[in-house]
Amino acid sequence: MTDVPEVVLRASDITKRYGGTQALKGVNFEIVKGKVTTLLGENGAGKSTLMKILAGVETPTSGTLELDGELVSFDSTADAADKGISIIHQELSLCPNLSVRDNIFMGRELVTSAGTVDYAAERKIVRQLMERLEEQIHPDTLVADLRLGQQQIVEIARALSIDARILIMDEPTSALSASEVDVLFKVINDLTASNVSIVYISHHLEEALKVSEYVVVLRDGVIVAAESSANVDVPWIVAMMVGRDFDLGQPPSLAGHEATALTIDRVRVADPANPARLSVDGVSLEIRAGEIVCIYGLMGAGRTELLEAIAGRVPLVSGTVLVGDTDIHGLSIAERIELGLGLVPEDRQRDGLVPSLSVGHNMSLASLAGFVNGLFLSRSGEEKIVREGIKNVAVKTAGTGASIGSLSGGNQQKVVIAKMLLTKPKVLLLDEPSRGIDVGAKSEVFGLLSSLADKGLAVLYSTSEAAECLSIANRIIVMRKGKIVAEFGSEAATQNEIMAASGEQADTSRTNGKNK
Amino acid sequence: MTSRLLEPLRQKPVWLENGVGLRTLFEGRAFIALIVIVVVFSALSPNYFTMENLLVMSRHVAVNAILAIGVLMVILNAGIDLSVGSTVGLAGVVAGYLLAGVKVPFWDSVAYPAVWVVIICSLAIGGLVGWVNGVLVSRFKVAPFVATLGTLYVVRGLALLITNGLTYPKLQGTPALGNTGFNWVGFETFLSIPVGILIMVVIAAAGSVMLNKTPFGRWLYASGGNERAAELSGIPVKKVQLSVYVISGVCAGVAGLIIASELTSATPQTGTSFELTAIAAVVIGGASLMGGRGNIRGTLLGAFVIGFLSDGLVIIGVSQYWQMVFKGAVIVLAVMLNSVEYRSKRVKAGPSSPSPGGSTVIDSSPDSDVTDPRTPLVVGSA
Repeated sequence: MTDVPEVVLRASDITKRYGGTQALKGVNFEIVKGKVTTLLGENGAGKSTLMKILAGVETPTSGTLELDGELVSFDSTADAADKGISIIHQELSLCPNLSVRDNIFMGRELVTSAGTVDYAAERKIVRQLMERLEEQIHPDTLVADLRLGQQQIVEIARALSIDARILIMDEPTSALSASEVDVLFKVINDLTASNVSIVYISHHLEEALKVSEYVVVLRDGVIVAAESSANVDVPWIVAMMVGRDFDLGQPPSLAGHEATALTIDRVRVADPANPARLSVDGVSLEIRAGEIVCIYGLMGAGRTELLEAIAGRVPLVSGTVLVGDTDIHGLSIAERIELGLGLVPEDRQRDGLVPSLSVGHNMSLASLAGFVNGLFLSRSGEEKIVREGIKNVAVKTAGTGASIGSLSGGNQQKVVIAKMLLTKPKVLLLDEPSRGIDVGAKSEVFGLLSSLADKGLAVLYSTSEAAECLSIANRIIVMRKGKIVAEFGSEAATQNEIMAASGEQADTSRTNGKNK
Repeated sequence: MTSRLLEPLRQKPVWLENGVGLRTLFEGRAFIALIVIVVVFSALSPNYFTMENLLVMSRHVAVNAILAIGVLMVILNAGIDLSVGSTVGLAGVVAGYLLAGVKVPFWDSVAYPAVWVVIICSLAIGGLVGWVNGVLVSRFKVAPFVATLGTLYVVRGLALLITNGLTYPKLQGTPALGNTGFNWVGFETFLSIPVGILIMVVIAAAGSVMLNKTPFGRWLYASGGNERAAELSGIPVKKVQLSVYVISGVCAGVAGLIIASELTSATPQTGTSFELTAIAAVVIGGASLMGGRGNIRGTLLGAFVIGFLSDGLVIIGVSQYWQMVFKGAVIVLAVMLNSVEYRSKRVKAGPSSPSPGGSTVIDSSPDSDVTDPRTPLVVGSA
């Protein structure tokens, strides 16, 4: 640590625009040779955008990249890979229909002298990689048959097999178990020892501090801090990430609301990817009117499946769900919406929005019955409802006829929420409502939920950020492998307790492990 | 707060701010193509731009336009219907079969159903074919291309089986049997406009109202644009899917009846490869094969482009082989312009949020008139 840090890749004044949103506003970022640099920031701060630019996935709107002091530009990921830059994407980019071996060598298959794929050689290398990662995955296993964490291991193995000089890891541990994370850190240490430079992105601050030499904090497309990690601690990082004392709100008072709004009793849901397995295994929960309940859990804990099953998207294997006193077994999604049950899905691009429809038409989609005049839709009735929706959730839009894609992520999310609110729900389910929206929008959304709960709406939302549980929720439910493993009141819990219950490795022993 | 948020709403519509010149050009490209076609052929032949010829050509267009409107519904739903050509043949044959008299079993007599019964039966057959397609696609999850390719063969085979490959001639009926009037559509005019064209106008108007003014239309655009989002909004996506195939089948039935009426005969081979011309019209009209985008106005224009082009080539005496080359080139050109249009929109767009998930790029340019109820219906505007 005493020698002068040698910068291997330098990004200068990088900006990136997507339509109306500016994701990066003149970022200067350096990767130090043979060290781990951690990039931290809230959802939507621009971390992934920056990494995509470094890995050639996206080109910057302006700014320059210097590799070993020479100006470079990457036209494609292959281009960047040729120059020794490899990226582990946050979302898995594997072909589930192919084997582990095929996935690891995808696009750069080893070839025998006869021109056929050299399976034996590939298999041998995969075995070595798996040994290094201390994982028992056979090279010929189909990726579809692996659990999520193992798929992430395959993704890591693929990046390792490229022999990159610069390795970018975008949330590599989100689905890994504690022991798998330890192995990954050992591998990272080996890599840096052989002069590989690593950029590490994680939401787990303790984890990031433990593994990295440098910490860079990005906020709203600007780098707000760059420090040696020896000099900083978690509260400092949080303050930098958030930028101000950030309060997502207080739990609603529950005063004046007695009735049970939603009853979930021993609900079991099959795993959509593998129907023989259960992704929700006997979950029971009661939510009162005016109450906000948060479900915390890792990727694959069964949160999404539970919410989708309640909303009627996927069938229950067994168990009952009551809205008020009504058993909703066998009801269609439309009938459930009619009863007052709405879902704001996790992935708004895939499940929430119709990209070809305008803001107004997206918003009115679930409540068309509210402005039907005989056979026909009433244009003025729709306009009225949509304006009301825009006002209720404070959507910033050029107009009701504007394209939905012209809105920022946070405003798109508000449109999806407004769409469900226009159906006059009694119970609102939100799956990761803060995903991909900026801090300001997040607090607006949470504030909105809190004020709706005061008016008697029951809210059940899921999140993978412990900080979000400790804001507006009256109760915090922790799910792990399809089961409820812990329940906390709003005062009793700390972030560490919540994360520990979920099986996450953010407990104190890991933080103490920092002084290696 | 409120007033500030609503302020932009009072300003001019968004599409006006986005380069009205270029947009109009692209929006109107089928319209421009039509004008070019009319101008070129009028210059080449003095007989082209006459009222009489325009009516004859429009009568030819009507059949394809009606088919195309049905197919548009399916394509808006991100499906495809290859069976409409065969359905045209079957509907005509069923009409011919009924008009020729039905032997009543155990009665030793022949029944001659009235023309309105015949028409209802033929339309019902069309609807039935569509229903089968719809059930295959929505219930049994057969890919639309495969399902309707199958029915294309089955339906054509049934039409051939009914007639044994022969033609039902003389469908005008016999006054004594009380089944006259079937050739009314083919020969009558109203205000000197052939009835076939009027049927097209009525269907186009009804379709346009359905797409723009009714909940069903909104359901269709939504489920074609994003089925998952539509489903989670409580839209009965399966019912919508089934319905569009039934609509397409009924439209094919109408087209089959018009042809049989115009020819006063029914041949089982009628309508062969009509499905392709209908799809071409929809595509030239700017609809996206991915679903969710397209409208009746464009589809009609597409049908007129194809029809006026083919007839013009015939009139100036271009060989049949060259006709095919020209037709194909126009279709490809139109689709090319289509993708150029979408790409130019995408350049302006981008992920709607710089989310870490690297969200899918969605088309963000205002496409205001896709479902704009104010969009005027242009019928045979040439």
